[in-house]
Amino acid sequence: MAIHLRSAEELEKMHRAGLVVYETLTALRDMVRPGLTTMDLEKFAEGKIAGRPGKAAFKGYRGYPCSLCTSVNSEIVHGIPSPKRKLREGDIVSIDFGMEVDGYFADSAVTVPVGQIRPEVKKLLDVTRESLDRAIDKMRPGNRLGDVGHAVQSWVEQHGYSVVREFVGHGIGTKMHDEPNLPNYGEEGRGARLQEGMVIAVEPMVNAGRPEVRMRDEWVAETADGSPSAHFEHTVAITANGPWILTRPKDVTGPSW
Amino acid sequence: MARPIREKKEKGDSGNPKEDAIEVMATVIEPLPNAMFRVELENKHQVLAHVSGKMRKNFIRILAGDKVAVELSPYDLTRGRIVYRYK
Repeated sequence: MAIHLRSAEELEKMHRAGLVVYETLTALRDMVRPGLTTMDLEKFAEGKIAGRPGKAAFKGYRGYPCSLCTSVNSEIVHGIPSPKRKLREGDIVSIDFGMEVDGYFADSAVTVPVGQIRPEVKKLLDVTRESLDRAIDKMRPGNRLGDVGHAVQSWVEQHGYSVVREFVGHGIGTKMHDEPNLPNYGEEGRGARLQEGMVIAVEPMVNAGRPEVRMRDEWVAETADGSPSAHFEHTVAITANGPWILTRPKDVTGPSW
Repeated sequence: MARPIREKKEKGDSGNPKEDAIEVMATVIEPLPNAMFRVELENKHQVLAHVSGKMRKNFIRILAGDKVAVELSPYDLTRGRIVYRYK
């Protein structure tokens, strides 16, 4: 299947969805504290987008029940918010959120520490976040998908962590999951060539231990060895001027998260 | 939301055309060239069947008179695929 190239107008629409995602995620990030349940986060996000144009992209997607994915500690992705899952001091929680506005999608995620976390877990978050930055920097016309994946993999593995293989970043536009797949591993110079107008959700998922994944149920993926896992994501457009992060305001610069 | 590397198709559509086949019992009548066989189904229809790739790979030999399971495509009932040889 072909990879869609988006016009400037379409990118603006995705950016509009992306700004809602950014606003929601940053508000969630700031409210995370011990004692809240993951359902509290879900409720807050629902309230935040109520009455605004567009809708949450995940709710109902292949039967997914919620607007957010909240993946705690060893959960890698697609943790389902629950009133029984209470965040505790020292936990980390990946909050993943997407919006559809006017038929266009944006998707982003951030892993947030709950209170004080152990320094080795903090390092996992830092390395994963940095791997996203390195990946985004490769999102330029003429580079290849493998260059992006390699940027993540080489950085992550050089710190002794591992990259999840079972889940990948993805093209995004008028569907949430579109062509192409963007694995967080790869060889330089391999894979499809990036062109101006492509939009891809770049999302490194990094395990502190081994890369193997265990599916707890249809949705929730966790690390097979129980080690903590971090996840950061942005929806990124490839433009002539370099990467454009659609899931944050234009005046925000610096590290991706 | 991360995409599973092997994203399943929506419910009821695995995307694999081989899964829509109808499986029936049959008896091999005669071997034909090109690893094809004429088989007679339980309902006395005769169809032309080839040996499935999985059986070929595992060197399952088929002789006249063997009882076999045949998959038929719902679109072309004159051809089938032999998927199992009974002992």
